[in-house]
Amino acid sequence: MKGLLMIAARSAWHRRFGLGLVVLSVALSTFLLLAVERVRQDVRLNFSQAVSGTDLIVGARTGSVQLLLYSVFRIGSATQNIRYTSVLALADDPAVAWVVPISLGDSHRGFPVVATDDGYFEHFKYGDRQPLTLMHGRQFNEVFELVLGAEVAQRLGYEIGRRVVLSHGSGEIAGTEHADKPFTVVGVLARTGTPVDRSLHISLAGMQALHIDWMAGVPLPGLAVPAERVREHDLKPKTVTAALVGLKSRPAVFAVQRRIAEYAPEPLLAVLPGVAMDELWQAVDLGERALQAMAALVALVSLAGLVAVVVTGLEQRRRELAVLRAVGAGPKRVFALLLIEGVLITAAGALLGALACTAAIAAFGPWVQAEHGVALRLQAPDVAQWIWLCAILAAGTLASLLPGWRAYRLSLADGLTPRS
Amino acid sequence: MTVLELRALRFAWPGSTRRLLHIDQLQLGAGERLLLRGPSGGGKSTLLSIAAGVLVASSGEARLLGVDWRTLSAGQRDRRRADAIGVVFQQFNLLPYLSVLDNVLLAGRFSATRLQRAGPRPRETAQALLAALELEPSSWPRPAAQLSVGQQQRVAAARALFGRPSLVIADEPTSALDEARRDAFMALLLRECAAAGSALLFVSHDARLARHFERVVELDVLNQAVAA
Repeated sequence: MKGLLMIAARSAWHRRFGLGLVVLSVALSTFLLLAVERVRQDVRLNFSQAVSGTDLIVGARTGSVQLLLYSVFRIGSATQNIRYTSVLALADDPAVAWVVPISLGDSHRGFPVVATDDGYFEHFKYGDRQPLTLMHGRQFNEVFELVLGAEVAQRLGYEIGRRVVLSHGSGEIAGTEHADKPFTVVGVLARTGTPVDRSLHISLAGMQALHIDWMAGVPLPGLAVPAERVREHDLKPKTVTAALVGLKSRPAVFAVQRRIAEYAPEPLLAVLPGVAMDELWQAVDLGERALQAMAALVALVSLAGLVAVVVTGLEQRRRELAVLRAVGAGPKRVFALLLIEGVLITAAGALLGALACTAAIAAFGPWVQAEHGVALRLQAPDVAQWIWLCAILAAGTLASLLPGWRAYRLSLADGLTPRS
Repeated sequence: MTVLELRALRFAWPGSTRRLLHIDQLQLGAGERLLLRGPSGGGKSTLLSIAAGVLVASSGEARLLGVDWRTLSAGQRDRRRADAIGVVFQQFNLLPYLSVLDNVLLAGRFSATRLQRAGPRPRETAQALLAALELEPSSWPRPAAQLSVGQQQRVAAARALFGRPSLVIADEPTSALDEARRDAFMALLLRECAAAGSALLFVSHDARLARHFERVVELDVLNQAVAA
């Protein structure tokens, strides 16, 4: 067996150019399978770490997934706001420990602006109930003060004291900048690996001040209020986008949720972040499966290529098989030889693919984190990835039965003198 | 002692009605050298395959060292062939990706008997054979594919003789060589067969080789399937 392995390895090395291409294609498909699996898992991990310690998210009545997406992940936008009075009423509920209102809608160079109050820094938790911490500076106290997420600060190179002009909406429409009311950076948050890193935080009063002379998304003509005079106006927010709610005791969550749903003055929706997250995964599941199926199909195609190359090569190797027969290798040995070859190629490809996957995460992980906010973990293959690797090896072994069988037939038919 | 004995042998390909071989009798004694001469396509390769136990006769006997190939299973035939027979083909005898020395040692890889008969130090035995067949030590570690055709045929002869098999079967091993190298090859092959005590069954269309053999058999005469 050891001799056979040696012969198989030397023979394969002899044909390394053609087989190298097969190894590459197996490696690529392995890479694809492992990368899809890793991204899938890490996206889930990142999402599930984005919010922690919040018992309910309250917003206008909409889909629970949509509410979760725009309030926590800044994906999409609210169709409707809720009244600030509703938030105050909610805070008065005896079961509620804290309420953090958030107001969305503005942006700066593609990064979302979150208007909130001091409670945000106290109550908002991520990961395993980790609080937000300031890396530099302090929280906002004044109307036009601003606290940056770590990613925003790093990407834009902003430091404490920097003047920042915010844009109305997502900033895609020209001329909708709040150029007359610049903000000053007073703090930078430490990195969290959540959407907080990609956000700019201002006070609710600041948000109100920005839009004091606006109506229905456009500046009111002739009514411009200079920045230094906004304090003369009432800067209490009229509406907010959503509110994060913490309860005194978790078991009350369903009762509070029902009370919010039955809130008379306006229609509200309260969702449990975990439940909404599960709904989100159910929605995403189909897409993930489609991706996995595609990756698996690519793997099958690459193994079909392996079979094609090895079987085609057999025609040119009939002499080699005849020599092996002449020195006493039986057709079963010839079969085993081809099987070993196929397994070696598959194993080499799988190994190369796994290494490539690790290298790619090492090389592009920081970029993915910066661009998409998803932290890809650089680590040894986990159970799911091992299962994929084993599946590739098993499929490769199974596929190699075909060239093995073909070689067996050829060596039986040819004997010592191949007919070519 | 008889090494190879064919008796009342008939062979046709399965499904074919045309009989390819019909041989009443052919014997080869220990250490004997026999040239089996015949044109291409005359069933020479088929006869060799039967002698080596790769093909099995349709009827009659083909005995190697007294044992009829037909009484053995396919696996037993493979083992017996590896143990008792060395083979040299017309060309492409070697695995191009193995070194010259490893190609010779290949004969012992599938047969414990051959390895044992090669002595306590098989590598040295193989090297001695290569030296006897006038292959420079510098060529031994080189890949077989880098050698000239004449050198490759001598390596093939060394492999066939490794572990002193009872029978060496040679199928037109000189047809790719020019005249001078052909005679040199024949001289070396015969000398080393004698040294190993191996009988030689040599098949060729080339009548000029007859002078090297003590017995020459014309296949056309031997094979009654052609005569009929």
